[in-house]
Amino acid sequence: MAIYLTKESRVLVQGMTGGEGMKHTRRMLAAGTNVVGGVNPRKAGRTVGFDERTVPVYGTVAEGMAATGADVTVVFVPPAFAKAAVLEAADAGIGLAVVITEGVPVHDSVAFTSYARGRGTRIIGPNCPGLITPGQSNAGIVPADIAKPGRIGLVSKSGTLTYQLMHELRDIGFSTCVGIGGDPVVGTSHIDCLGAFQEDPDTELVVLIGEIGGDAEERAAAYIREHVTKPVVGYVAGFTAPEGRTMGHAGAIVSGSAGTARAKREALEAAGVRVGSTPTETARLVLELLDTRQPEGS
Amino acid sequence: MDLYEHQARELFEEHGIVVPRAEVTDSPKEAREIARRLGGRVVVKAQVKTGGRGKAGGVKQAADPAAAELTARQMLGMRIKGHRVGKVMLAQPVDIESEFYVSYVLDRAAGGFLAIASAEGGTEIEEVAATRPEAVARVPVDPAVGVTSAKAQEIAAAAGLPPQTADVLVRLWQVLVREDALLVEVNPLVRSTKGRILALDGKVTLDDNARFRQARWGADESGHHDPLEAAAAAKGLNYVKLDGEVGVIGNGAGLVMSTLDAVAGCGARPADFLDIGGGASARTMADALSVILSDPAVKSVLVNVFGGITACDAVADGIVQALETVRLTKPLVVRLDGNNAARGRAILDGRAHPLVEHATTMDGAAHRAAELAHTA
Repeated sequence: MAIYLTKESRVLVQGMTGGEGMKHTRRMLAAGTNVVGGVNPRKAGRTVGFDERTVPVYGTVAEGMAATGADVTVVFVPPAFAKAAVLEAADAGIGLAVVITEGVPVHDSVAFTSYARGRGTRIIGPNCPGLITPGQSNAGIVPADIAKPGRIGLVSKSGTLTYQLMHELRDIGFSTCVGIGGDPVVGTSHIDCLGAFQEDPDTELVVLIGEIGGDAEERAAAYIREHVTKPVVGYVAGFTAPEGRTMGHAGAIVSGSAGTARAKREALEAAGVRVGSTPTETARLVLELLDTRQPEGS
Repeated sequence: MDLYEHQARELFEEHGIVVPRAEVTDSPKEAREIARRLGGRVVVKAQVKTGGRGKAGGVKQAADPAAAELTARQMLGMRIKGHRVGKVMLAQPVDIESEFYVSYVLDRAAGGFLAIASAEGGTEIEEVAATRPEAVARVPVDPAVGVTSAKAQEIAAAAGLPPQTADVLVRLWQVLVREDALLVEVNPLVRSTKGRILALDGKVTLDDNARFRQARWGADESGHHDPLEAAAAAKGLNYVKLDGEVGVIGNGAGLVMSTLDAVAGCGARPADFLDIGGGASARTMADALSVILSDPAVKSVLVNVFGGITACDAVADGIVQALETVRLTKPLVVRLDGNNAARGRAILDGRAHPLVEHATTMDGAAHRAAELAHTA
């Protein structure tokens, strides 16, 4: 069943005709994603060929939804146009908007996430790799061939750490992996994903990857304590990050004593989450927990 | 990017917030002239982007223009928490009746902005918030509506500020929105003995992501007081200098942070954070290596790449090409995994540089790089 994205999902791509949009639409199609259309007001009515598939271009998200029944949009437009693109998608009433774009001004993210919240549109990102339900659908830029379908759910602020953990646990496989993005303001939180994985019958265990900055991991820990009965394994990056410096992701910054990796790890451990000190150790903890849950399994 | 106090003051003034008369200079002689223009008695304030300036001797009263020149001469060039004082601001003194604190900060958890206000300004607001949280009002602002005068009255009332501060709260919100700021803070906001409300000191943090539509302040050079950081910034690299001995290069912010932690876990210290990003070219790799190798503190270098979108053979090509242009003087441990990793390793094997070796896992690579740093 997975969360947020299945093989039934009908996916539009905003910015499909740009360089990144073309490259990743091709990859998404190859991964089995049902890409039903692109959106570009200047190229409405044309089609774009991708190997065996021909994908129509619509002028607006609303037109694309009306013509195809699309329920997901993946946004590749440049930062200056991301806000308008997401507001348009929310106005059209799409269920899920995955914003890959990096470098979106925070005021724009604040505007479109709060706008979408009132209209029933879930936003993932911005500045994220998107999400993948292996074997079913891929909405974003996560390489589809790293891991097979399986019973682990994964939620992460970091793209490459997602890939690393997927690689380490490729033989067990994943229900859905969600890259929520490393910006200070994002549409979907660790908590949202934890809640969805808790309800998802295909997910047996959740891997939660965090990093320095903010208190999303601490809040996730409090949520886990109250609401999550499935085992959760955590990993936090940035123990060696100096105070006051932004470490690559706009949101990855320790401010004074707030947002440290240590505080996050301690909060997660206090909520019963086992936390690995490296990605490899994190993967080992996952395997141990899955083994003890299914002693008859091989 | 943080603005200097004098830049924040300028923004406040443009948006109609009353500020003391002030001018900025890098010359002691000019400081004397400015003091004369401002009426003789002035406050001399070092312009540095760090807190704790007053305690470090960066804020001083000068009774007359001669004293202002002397004070400016002493202050210019001094270092405050590692920041060199390049300019001083001279401001007319204000006779203060009471001091307040007001700011708008990004509330990451709520995905919006929060007004923070207190009738106890002038001191460390964190201290007040920690010891007497009831003295600090926190009022969420609806981003779709912003701070109207009714909202400003609500914030002022919640914090126990006089009603005439509401106008400043509305204007400060305009600064936040129009300038694409992530933080605007006035501390202290004061009521003078004459009953005027003035912003005496301010802090503004701008959103680097909004630079494409906010070109006014230009690039932030102040953050790069380290020459290696300046060199890396000039090459467009995402680099932070740290104080260890293992140079680290990787792809993706999360993976690079994780690599630093792995190095620390092996008893060594990372010398830097350097993220070459997705789809790194040979050029990027050469630039990255040249910056790392020019750091005299570096004893060994660890390249940790997980090929997701990036193909490891392209990364290996980049390393090989980098070896043509950069003379490798320190051992290099390379861990390539993911997309086309085997091909990438074969390319490096083909080059067979005596100082380059492989590791098959990230933890193994961190161990080896730490070991090489210690034996170097």
